[in-house]
Amino acid sequence: MDHPFIPVLVFFGVALAVPIGALVLARIWMRFFTPIKRGKEKNALYECGVEPLAERQVRFHSQFYLFGLLFLLFDVETVFLLPFAVAFLDLSVGAFLVAMIFLLLLAEGLVWAWSKGLLNWRGVPKPNFTIYGD
Amino acid sequence: MAIDPKLAEDLKPHGIHVTTFESLINWGRSSSLWPMQFGLACCAIEMIAATMAKYDMARFGAEVFRPSPRQADLMLVAGTVTKKMAPLVVRLYNQMAEPKYVIAMGACAISGGPFKPGYNVLKGIDRYIPVDIVIPGCPPRPEALLDGLLALRKKIAGEKLIGKQRARHADAKGTAEFPVPEYGPHDLHPTANREIWNPDPVVHEEGADE
Repeated sequence: MDHPFIPVLVFFGVALAVPIGALVLARIWMRFFTPIKRGKEKNALYECGVEPLAERQVRFHSQFYLFGLLFLLFDVETVFLLPFAVAFLDLSVGAFLVAMIFLLLLAEGLVWAWSKGLLNWRGVPKPNFTIYGD
Repeated sequence: MAIDPKLAEDLKPHGIHVTTFESLINWGRSSSLWPMQFGLACCAIEMIAATMAKYDMARFGAEVFRPSPRQADLMLVAGTVTKKMAPLVVRLYNQMAEPKYVIAMGACAISGGPFKPGYNVLKGIDRYIPVDIVIPGCPPRPEALLDGLLALRKKIAGEKLIGKQRARHADAKGTAEFPVPEYGPHDLHPTANREIWNPDPVVHEEGADE
């Protein structure tokens, strides 16, 4: 009983028991007191009371994935550039060169994506519903 | 089996609170009514005032106005329901999770109010959805809304979860969805849900018109 990881085990057990217990209680509660009432209207997409126009699952074009990656590139760059800019005057020449190499690597990635034509948006999927007035 | 109310009262000074499962659940439900966030006309202004610091509906646990019907359990029909808007209100009511309650606030939501002669005004939201509490006034003051809320809390506190007298939401065969009216050429179709709206017929007596 004096194993140092016993409290972790107890924590784990409690962390598992509480949500499972809540779910089981909710299930029992539902079974006896609040029967589920599904329906076409109730399960419909919520569009402020208007009849839903689109499908429930909104589809995104897979090209967004590449744009997400490129966004990450710029995002990470900004995160690292900010402390670099703040400490710029106190930096040694070596540190400055390292930061420049880092920037170069990121810029290289952008140039590569550009040359592969990833920045061109190819083919816009047509929406599968009509909008009033169209 | 309920405990003797006198015994429960006697136990209170000793720090023992005896209650039933049903009243505990109803207490929880009535103390955390989350209204649906929408206002239809001028009554909504009073509804907003009721939630603000001066009247502070948060005292009764009903200040969390939800922007989605999935999270709301109280529908405050605050204002004139036009025939254009009525299907939307009914659909939103259908999309709310059980148990759900409706307060018809103001003369318009009850009967059409001062706009009753209007061709585009619904003569009472109770034609399509079951209304629990009606609050008269044009518009009712925030105090009146709070009074209506307290009346609803009392109603919820008396709800039965099991047995023949149980509430609609506790009954598996209870109505789940109320038909949404459709726009017709001159009026909504149908003009009322006859299953829940059955007023006494108007009787014209002989010579009453003179």
